[in-house]
Amino acid sequence: MIDTLRLTAEEAKRLLEAREISGAELFAAYRAAIDDRDAELHCYLHVCDDPGGEGIPIALKDVIGTKGIPTTAGSKILEHYVPVYDSTVVERLKAHGLRILGKTNMDEFAMGSSTENSGFGPTRNPWDPERVPGGSSGGSTAAVAAGLAPWALGSDTGGSIKQPAALCGVVGLRPTYGTVSRYGIVAFASSLDQIGPIAKTVRDCALLYRIVAGRDPCDSTTVELPQPIELPEAEDLRGLRIGVPKELNETEGIEPGVTERVNAALGLAQELGAEVGECSLPRSVDFGLPCYYLIAPSEASSNLARYDGVRYGFRAKGDGDIRSLYARTRDEGFGDEPKRRIMLGTYALSAGYYEAFYGQAQKVRTLIKQEHDALFERFDLLASPTSPTVAFRLGERTQNPLAMYLSDVLTIPSNMAGLPGLSIPCGLSEGLPVGLQLIGPQFSENALFRAGHALEQALGFDFVPERLR
Amino acid sequence: MAIDREQLLHVAHLARLELREDEIERLEGQLNDILAAVSKVSELDLADVPPTSHPLDVVNVWADDEPRPCLSVEDAFANAPERDGNFFKVPPGGAA
Repeated sequence: MIDTLRLTAEEAKRLLEAREISGAELFAAYRAAIDDRDAELHCYLHVCDDPGGEGIPIALKDVIGTKGIPTTAGSKILEHYVPVYDSTVVERLKAHGLRILGKTNMDEFAMGSSTENSGFGPTRNPWDPERVPGGSSGGSTAAVAAGLAPWALGSDTGGSIKQPAALCGVVGLRPTYGTVSRYGIVAFASSLDQIGPIAKTVRDCALLYRIVAGRDPCDSTTVELPQPIELPEAEDLRGLRIGVPKELNETEGIEPGVTERVNAALGLAQELGAEVGECSLPRSVDFGLPCYYLIAPSEASSNLARYDGVRYGFRAKGDGDIRSLYARTRDEGFGDEPKRRIMLGTYALSAGYYEAFYGQAQKVRTLIKQEHDALFERFDLLASPTSPTVAFRLGERTQNPLAMYLSDVLTIPSNMAGLPGLSIPCGLSEGLPVGLQLIGPQFSENALFRAGHALEQALGFDFVPERLR
Repeated sequence: MAIDREQLLHVAHLARLELREDEIERLEGQLNDILAAVSKVSELDLADVPPTSHPLDVVNVWADDEPRPCLSVEDAFANAPERDGNFFKVPPGGAA
């Protein structure tokens, strides 16, 4: 009997290599778990049949293009779209023998923090189905937490891997910008979008990152990793300097239970030998969110211009000329959040407003990068909560876009600077998981994995949701 | 900075979105709330700060000019809403 709730990808790999289980048995175990639990949770938009082979199964956020398998980005405008080529990350997974279990639910075009903006209905949190899994990669993080996939890929623009990983009690890495190819991925905000791993353990995250990372000639923004990715082994943090930016830890809206768990984890880090010191990001947190909500919608308004009902995707029915076809297709095909962001971005880029909005936001982005760079002269990593709150209730923030945007206030600043960030579960508050965010300089994934692994061992967090144990 | 109904309709036209009346009303309030929040960026004097458009120092990435396989015509049309031979079929252009 394969217990998919507890099985890590690393252990699955060992069992497969030792021939203690077959590839078919392993795939079937996940399919059975999906049949059993996904009617309630709705992690998957599409489930695949076993393509055969002995590799580890994996779930993919539905923003990742898969040849012959529907790819909707959570949008009605792509409801029947079936890519005719694989994205580069999928080619890499297949080259390693990995098998696609299915495509996971997400906020439409990765715009959201709860997966409620999906055009196909929300995903529910495996720890409490009355609550959201976070977003936008909520389908992927909930699938991993509920044992419906050993690991998964998500995408992160403003926090869409880190925040749902925190809310579902799993590990998620937003990699350094440019280290994972976006070729074949549905674009949202191209100067921010990154693909990254979601898993039950830090070592699984490192294994999956090692498979997908590296330069791709088809994505000119990618670079080769300066060092190979190492699987973390060390159980101490000797020699590591961790900075605790007070703005990221004391911002209004952080729940006391979240602060308590994060502080306890930082205390543990000290016991493991790390030096922990206070520091400051005076403008990055205050100005990060406004900066993000100018840059990301501006880029989105441009990226989403391609959905016009002509070459692929949904086309509105009815008479009229081509202009009317474009406008009706886009009104009927896009949900509320993409429309808000297209409107905001089009406005911020339009004549007379460009300098005041988009131009100014790009300068703020420079400040944010400089503030982080300065801290990395004194510290190896920075730490904070990943999300100000634990998982919130479905419907709680849907009527107020700004309240939803605040879910990402702690993940956005480092994303603006292109920095990698790892979220690991560090305990429970009100019975729900709390995420610890570790941020490093560009290309510091090995340091993040090392620190994350040592803390994970010391924390001993049980990643199986209490109600499923 | 605030956006009024006339500007909102102009932006919707630029974005090729034919918004319904209830959407226009809802968006006007929401966009003004969001604009009030993001306008905070104007509080900073950044005259001497260079802009960042991309987080990595990658410049002039060229690909070798070598032919390689690309999509077949059939693949390119595989998702077309309407096709006429080797063309995507659309309604007439109409008045500007």
